Amino acid sequence: MSVNLQSAPAAVRDSAPARREGPRKARGLSRVGALFVSPYVLFLVVVFAVPLVYTVWISFHRFYFTAPGTDVDSPWVGLSNYKDVFTDPVVGRAFLNIVIFLVINVPLTVGVSLVLATALNAKIRGRAFFRAAFYLPYVTASVALVAVWQFLFGSDGFVNHLLGSHAPDPSWLVNSHLAMPMIAVFVTWKQLGFFVMLYLASLQNVGKELYEASAMDGAGRVRQFFSVTVPGVRPATTLVVIYAIITGANLFSEPYLLTGGGGPDHASTSPVLLMYQKGIEQGHPDFAAALGVVLVAFVMVVSLAARKLTERGN
Amino acid sequence: MLRRTAYALLVLALAGTATACGRSAPDPAAAADARGPITVWLSNNAQEVQWGKAMVASWNERHPDQHVTAQQIPAGKTSEEAISASIIAGTTACLAFNTSPAAVPTFQKQNGLVSLSDFPDGEKYITERGGSLTDQYRSTDGKFYQLPWKSNPVMILYNKKLFAKAGLDPEHPKLATYKEFLDTSRKLVHSGAAKAAIWPSPSSDFFQPWYDFYPAFAAQSGGKQLIEDGKPQFDSSAGRQVAGFWRRLYAEKLAPQEAYPGDSLNDGKAAMATVGPWALAAYKNSVDIGVAPVPTADGGSDKHSFSDEKSAAMFSSCKNRATAWDVLKFASSAGQDGNFLETTGQMPMREHLTEKYAGYFEAHPTYKAFADQAERVVEVPNVPGSIDIWQTFRDEWTKSVVFGRESTPAGLRNASSEITDLLNEYGDPS
Repeated sequence: MSVNLQSAPAAVRDSAPARREGPRKARGLSRVGALFVSPYVLFLVVVFAVPLVYTVWISFHRFYFTAPGTDVDSPWVGLSNYKDVFTDPVVGRAFLNIVIFLVINVPLTVGVSLVLATALNAKIRGRAFFRAAFYLPYVTASVALVAVWQFLFGSDGFVNHLLGSHAPDPSWLVNSHLAMPMIAVFVTWKQLGFFVMLYLASLQNVGKELYEASAMDGAGRVRQFFSVTVPGVRPATTLVVIYAIITGANLFSEPYLLTGGGGPDHASTSPVLLMYQKGIEQGHPDFAAALGVVLVAFVMVVSLAARKLTERGN
Repeated sequence: MLRRTAYALLVLALAGTATACGRSAPDPAAAADARGPITVWLSNNAQEVQWGKAMVASWNERHPDQHVTAQQIPAGKTSEEAISASIIAGTTACLAFNTSPAAVPTFQKQNGLVSLSDFPDGEKYITERGGSLTDQYRSTDGKFYQLPWKSNPVMILYNKKLFAKAGLDPEHPKLATYKEFLDTSRKLVHSGAAKAAIWPSPSSDFFQPWYDFYPAFAAQSGGKQLIEDGKPQFDSSAGRQVAGFWRRLYAEKLAPQEAYPGDSLNDGKAAMATVGPWALAAYKNSVDIGVAPVPTADGGSDKHSFSDEKSAAMFSSCKNRATAWDVLKFASSAGQDGNFLETTGQMPMREHLTEKYAGYFEAHPTYKAFADQAERVVEVPNVPGSIDIWQTFRDEWTKSVVFGRESTPAGLRNASSEITDLLNEYGDPS
């Protein structure tokens, strides 16, 4: 029996050339596409992949930076740098500080930015102004914001003037119990605008009919928030949580500027600040590289755990 | 196609890396005799820049074939960081007139410095110019990798108006002994004349001990360095007295535990500061300044202090080292040192300054106290791991002295033990 392609259904006709090109498309082998992505791939290789591999290499060797053309041995030392990292009490303190930071910053970021985004998503007067106002700290240089924070929370600052004899002693930014929470609150405030924007975009995808249906069932605004809004923006919440964790784990400028390089007794030293002090100030890039690798592993584990947690019940 | 693209990218990346790693350094033997244009780095202190430009103009007028370009040192948190990064990148100037002796062992380890002792007249020139103070600047291999250039002996600068406001005699301040210093501080703060009697930065930076602990330790110990003969010296009676004195200042809130975001003496927030003579020019239009020696437990005269010295160093990226050496000698000659003193008020590292530049000190009597002090200065120890060692000391100081979270003897003992371990580690890095 012969098959007349002219009279065959369109789907069958179209399938003939599709079978020829299918495997090629499936493997993504498009010359134009490869050409377009090649600058970015090159950028990724040069700026991320090569330094990452080099960092891991350094972390297994005794290594220090030298002048060009200098022939210096960098002997393999196995896990020695990692042993130094895990036995250094300051490293332990730095990771504890990050845990304190994340415990305060992540829930606060998610909660406040979602509530604010929900409020800014409603038809309120001056909505555009408020959206810009919350975004302003995010686009302002950290140095300028630190000056505001010091004006408020310095030992001679505005808040202590209000509190009088009830002000903490030592003051907020040099108090070993308060320094890290203060940094966590500062970063939450600074980053809020970005996360509000993420939630605002996500809220546009939550169907209005869900709100109408829940209203008809007698749900109030609070019930709607927890039963419609929160599940509706869950993918955004996952993104916000992971992004906040990564930002928190990379904390540098805030402890560096707010508490004068780690604060009293390393109360606000972060792993990245410690990498800078060890690698750049004290000339131990091998230690800093090992610490960096440990930090990457830490971020991956915490991010995966957070993702499991936020996507639970999906 | 994709596989080829990936291979091409990898080759490009590796080639880039290899090129970056394969930068060449000048051949030391050829560079040692080579003459030609060079660049020098100056600190960003306005007066030093003024002197540097004049010095370079004077050189260029006499040596048009060996042109010198002067630039301010690249920006960084500290000039040590900027220099260290430049050594690694191979972009250092030939000479830098702002090298901290504490960073010299690190620069040496990076193979970033040229031994000045290797120039035929190097040893002779450096030792004759610096006199008896010079040996503190030798490296552990016995050579000079720095020319001790200028010092800023740390003394107590005080605001005469605030002293008068507190009912104290500004011309005869009682600051010689710890008891006098504490009594004076209490009067300054309790009278409301100043928020702080003295306000050194309590931050964790490795170099901060040079402005609170070290001058006082040099004075109290009769001129000991932090480390001598490979052993820490501060877990001693002198160290404990100094630590106890500073702890009382912090405990009684006479010195704040939070860093001041600016210049507390200039802003009238603190009545005193531990500073070198460079600051006099900065304060001359804003504060009526008096000068006193660093206190000791029993007072007395002719005490030591920290030098806050800066050296001039030559870097291994320099291609015209013969010119660089000649410029270094020209810039540190007696005539240029006189110009430097006149322009900046900082002390050239020469003996008997008050006799050599008598005219200047007659016209500027406030600076004479610093010139006298410059005869008795103590330098940071020139040992490998110097910055690590100072950071370890600072961490314990902050914990025990500034915040009182452990006793001062325990803090000094811990620091001494940790620093001993570091010295052993650096001595035997295997």
